Amino acid sequence: MTRTILIDPVTRIEGHAKITIHLNGAGAVEGARFHVVEYRGFEKFCEGRPFTEMAAITARICGICPVSHLLASAKTGDRILAVTIPPAAEKLRRLLNLAQITQSHALSFFHLSSPDFLLGWDSDPAKRNIFGLIAADPELARGGIRLRQFGQDLIERLGGRKIHAAWAVPGGVRTPLDPADREAIRARLPEAFATTNAALERFKGLLDGPLATEASTFGCFPSLFMGLVGADGRWEHYDGQLRLIDSDGAVLAEALPQQQISEALAEAVEPWTYLKFPYYKPLGPEAGSYRVGPLARLNVCEHIGTERADAELLELRERGGRVVTSSFHYHLARLIEILAALEAIELLLNDPEICATHVRAHAGVNAFEAVGVSEAPRGTLFHHYKVDANGLIEAVNLIIATGQNNRAMNRTITQIARQWIPPGAAEISEGLLNRVEAGIRCFDPCLSCSTHAAGQMPLHVQLIGPDGGMLQERWRQ
Amino acid sequence: MSVRTLTIDGRDVAMATGATLLAAAREVGVSIPTLCHLEGLSPVAACRLCLVEIEGSGKLQPACLTPVAEGMVVHTDTPRLQDYRRTLIEMLFTEGNHVCAVCVANGHCELQDRAVEVGMDHSRLPYRHPDRPVDLTHHLFGLDHNRCILCTRCVRVCDEVEGAHVWDVGWRGEHCRIIAGLNQPWGAVDACTDCGKCVQVCPTGALFDKADTTGEKHADPARLWTLVRARARGQQTP
Repeated sequence: MTRTILIDPVTRIEGHAKITIHLNGAGAVEGARFHVVEYRGFEKFCEGRPFTEMAAITARICGICPVSHLLASAKTGDRILAVTIPPAAEKLRRLLNLAQITQSHALSFFHLSSPDFLLGWDSDPAKRNIFGLIAADPELARGGIRLRQFGQDLIERLGGRKIHAAWAVPGGVRTPLDPADREAIRARLPEAFATTNAALERFKGLLDGPLATEASTFGCFPSLFMGLVGADGRWEHYDGQLRLIDSDGAVLAEALPQQQISEALAEAVEPWTYLKFPYYKPLGPEAGSYRVGPLARLNVCEHIGTERADAELLELRERGGRVVTSSFHYHLARLIEILAALEAIELLLNDPEICATHVRAHAGVNAFEAVGVSEAPRGTLFHHYKVDANGLIEAVNLIIATGQNNRAMNRTITQIARQWIPPGAAEISEGLLNRVEAGIRCFDPCLSCSTHAAGQMPLHVQLIGPDGGMLQERWRQ
Repeated sequence: MSVRTLTIDGRDVAMATGATLLAAAREVGVSIPTLCHLEGLSPVAACRLCLVEIEGSGKLQPACLTPVAEGMVVHTDTPRLQDYRRTLIEMLFTEGNHVCAVCVANGHCELQDRAVEVGMDHSRLPYRHPDRPVDLTHHLFGLDHNRCILCTRCVRVCDEVEGAHVWDVGWRGEHCRIIAGLNQPWGAVDACTDCGKCVQVCPTGALFDKADTTGEKHADPARLWTLVRARARGQQTP
């Protein structure tokens, strides 16, 4: 009998996952579980802090998408102050979020996922990463890296630094946009459009050919979808109304009450993971589970509102239906959202108000409880604070995009395991490991961000027999 | 006015009787790190960062309080002092909860500057993580005990310059902390004039403007000296 020494958890947080695959008596896959074995504790240690610090504290949750927490927190702060922020501040925050969506989606597609598509699922794992991509397709790799840099550069020009810029604050933003920075951003837009268009054409070609099976087996199932929509059901990323639809496109909830979100959403917990399972309360934990993120946003909206992105949205719907249910299409949705973001950035830069200097409203504590909602690259993000009369935090609840996709991620890896592990198999091949990883990667979960940039997500897969005993396990660190 | 001559780090210096070693060192361009000291306030030697070696004396002496003496030979930057200063800064960091990344004073903090100056790249001492409150009861300003290093600049400026004497030091040992109005919530203290001098002279983010978020506190403690000198000149004018 073999014996295994387990090192768990690995100390590099935001990147440690464990997967267990459970087999039934016939040796067929019964289910798979995605375990997040890290504990962050933000909701607890924020208690007692001034609410004005929350944007900077919660931005530290992630180094890839600090902007998302910054915006959700600043919006919660706006409501505690009970102010309407200056119009230019809202436009600048939108610009910041669009930059965030661009850079995060570019990272997910080009750096993390495209090596699977372009180099092959079963290619040499040592080269199946961004460096392998640079060697195999330098033009595409360079374009992707520069596209992410474009987003990061925009964030830095607005907030003073690329990562953890505490620029969005309760009441608005700290500094206006310098006209020279506006021109510098504008000058890089043509290249960003060209890279995105090239990637879209390339990826759509693959979907019509070698990736057709993946598109139908990587998390292809009906579920609810949730996201913000703007006026007339337009694609939205910063404000607007929360809409929940089912996979037939029926609207289950329109304009979900954001300030009483805990009445609409609940969070289930499981003993085997620290990641919670939010669900739509009226339908219960299973039927009420929903997906968020790029694909959900494109599913809930009626249209994007910009010409090129709308054309791509139409094509996506021709490919996958009005409501696209395959999680593999998160990748395509990500590319379409980059295009939408670039078009929206162009429009905002042309807005005469974008360089206005009145960008911050000041007030005291005027509300003791508030919820701030924004769309992070990975999906809808909620910050919910309660404060005392002086503005000290009494309670915090954060509903994070990755958590909302938790059940969908579990269903996705179950589907992949069933597809790729034939009944009776007791071996886990490297190819399976990679496909399971890729199933998780469709959702671009936050925990993969920090450690995956070199092409590998630390992963621990266990094959569990019907008696609960472990048949085999593999690690990748 | 009689003059005393001495050497500091090998440099000859002549100072008026009664001048401190810190003033003498600055006179000849020798930099001695300080935290509690501030021009315009009485010295208290609370932080111990300015300790120097004086030949013939077994005890280290705080430069901010020690008067110059004839023939003194002073060393301000020996390996022993360097080690003590780094340890002192490490003790300040580990004794409280100094989370620079989210602090209002990040980038404009004297404790941070001193840590860089003494070469503290990490702490060799364990962090205590004490449970300390934040007082936001004042309508303009906040007090975060987590970031307080008990330099007592606020106590002195409120007493000596503003004349309100809102602040004191309460309790002892590890429980020692700054208190307002003999231990009331700051916002309940009638004596406070809302002048903000305590916030301006605070070397860290312990005292801050409530509207400030991370890194937005840009205090200028040196302005106090300008104010004190201007007032002194005003008093001399008939």
